Amino acid sequence: MPDTAPLLSVDDLEVHFPIRAGVLRRQVGAVKAVDGVSFTLKRGETLSLVGESGCGKSTTGLALMGLVQPTGGKVRFDGREIAGFRRKELRDYRKRMQIVFQDPFSSLNPRQKVRDIIRAPLDIHGIGTKEEREAAVADLMARVGLRPDQADNYPHQFSGGQRQRIGIARALALKPDIIVADEPVSALDVSVQAQILNLLADLQRDLGVAYLAVSHDLGVVEYISHRVAVMYLGRIVEIGPKERIFSAPQHPYTELLMRSAPSHDPRHRHSFSATSDDIPSATKRPSGCAFHTRCPLATDLCRRVDPQLTARDDGRELACHHR
Amino acid sequence: MRLPKALRNTSLVIGAAISLAIILCAIFAPYVATHGVEQMDMRNRFAGPSIEHLLGTDNFGRDLWSRMVFGARVSLSIALISVACSAVIGTVVGLVAGYFGGWVDQVLMRVTDIFLGFPAIVLALAIVAVLGPGMFNVSLAIIVVAWTEYARVVRSTTLVLREQNYVQAAKALGASPARIIFREILPNALGPIIVLASLGLGTAVISESALSFLGFGLPPPTPTWGWTLSYGTRFMRDAPWLSIVSGATIMVTVLGFNLLGDGLRDVLDPRQLSRGGGMAAKAS
Repeated sequence: MPDTAPLLSVDDLEVHFPIRAGVLRRQVGAVKAVDGVSFTLKRGETLSLVGESGCGKSTTGLALMGLVQPTGGKVRFDGREIAGFRRKELRDYRKRMQIVFQDPFSSLNPRQKVRDIIRAPLDIHGIGTKEEREAAVADLMARVGLRPDQADNYPHQFSGGQRQRIGIARALALKPDIIVADEPVSALDVSVQAQILNLLADLQRDLGVAYLAVSHDLGVVEYISHRVAVMYLGRIVEIGPKERIFSAPQHPYTELLMRSAPSHDPRHRHSFSATSDDIPSATKRPSGCAFHTRCPLATDLCRRVDPQLTARDDGRELACHHR
Repeated sequence: MRLPKALRNTSLVIGAAISLAIILCAIFAPYVATHGVEQMDMRNRFAGPSIEHLLGTDNFGRDLWSRMVFGARVSLSIALISVACSAVIGTVVGLVAGYFGGWVDQVLMRVTDIFLGFPAIVLALAIVAVLGPGMFNVSLAIIVVAWTEYARVVRSTTLVLREQNYVQAAKALGASPARIIFREILPNALGPIIVLASLGLGTAVISESALSFLGFGLPPPTPTWGWTLSYGTRFMRDAPWLSIVSGATIMVTVLGFNLLGDGLRDVLDPRQLSRGGGMAAKAS
């Protein structure tokens, strides 16, 4: 069960990419990929970030890993502030926070044996003796459901699901507290997806690792999450316990997202109509509530005033004037 | 039975055979040569090809076959030294420029452009003129120009590879830039480097011959192909085989290395390098 004290707390995280133009490379604008995102993550908990393509969910994950430089905001990890993501400070932090990538084909170096891939984290941080590292590799492989005698194979000798297991083993090698799972199963066959999701759930139960899962697949999100954060144009519009979000979505965008997920029942057709399919970009964020251009409930207030994320009675936070 | 893919590549097989033959000749020159390099046979000056002198003799009656064989030592030594050095220099520059980007990239690539801006042969002549002839100086003259190509190719390969997720994963693990560059990126960039190096051997042989031809190579009596070619033109009328044989030797050698390089390029399919995902620059 999730612990109560937050392990990771993200406050007003911003990632803006400058747009430069002209000979002088003057900054003419910015892609506000992540524009003020705040959330907390507890030990052993799974928080999913969901939203459409380009809403900044992956960038949030990458920024927390220091793979993309945040331009603003604060990140506190286990009570300590990660200031400015300097290399030295990151080293220790990185031992405790790891990432699993979406694409199991590009996330493993094709020229390295599986043994070397999984051992790399131990080598980099100088953990254990040579024998201990070898033993750790065998343990990790067994733990993620691979045969340790496959350690001398190269990544191309494995299937997509097995490769994702290798990626998970690598992420686990340093015994991290948090794993950022960036679309961990969206590149896999549906039958394999379930195996990987179950593996992730088992690891959480046994090791108490927390996941920050990034996904656009609501089925996956519903299966693995404790809490869900819905993102739209670089901000969280609704965040709360999974059951509340799925059974009673409050934000009109969450509602749109839920209804647009394909159903297994052909009689179940889309009934929600967004007033416009014109999706605004992170370059030109609409005034007021960013969703007003597509929202059926939009009023003048929405066009002028940006709603803030506020706590509601049932444990969720919501950014909408009307709900 | 089907041959392995590499053996079905004609240019690779022919190129490898020629290159190997010439390299073996150079290594075992004392056994392959029939006469001493400086052994003169004044009665048989300008002799045509015969059993005694396989490719004839020159104006001092020195055996041309033997001189070609020992000349291979000179040409290949210089080619190997210059290719090895320029590949190492160019690769390191390319990796660093491509991986770090920003001003590091700008500075390194502008330096590369400066070296590219000089006419290659004039720069080489100037270097040899200043430093004097000698195997290392001639190699240096070739290195100064040749490394730029490796730098540019390796840089562009690195730009692609550094966006691969496995490089991102290594960064996420806290790997040092040196480890990422040499353990993650370099092994995947080796294909184009190997191809360039084998093509570069041919280019280096030509450069060395050109310098010798212009009198800036190793001085006589060292048997060099380029010098024999240029000296042979004086006797073009009476003993044309001097120029023809040395010219053909250069041509066949360069052809061999070029075929080898082309073959390697096909075998080390560049698509294979990018296999396993395109750019990982998604930002959902």
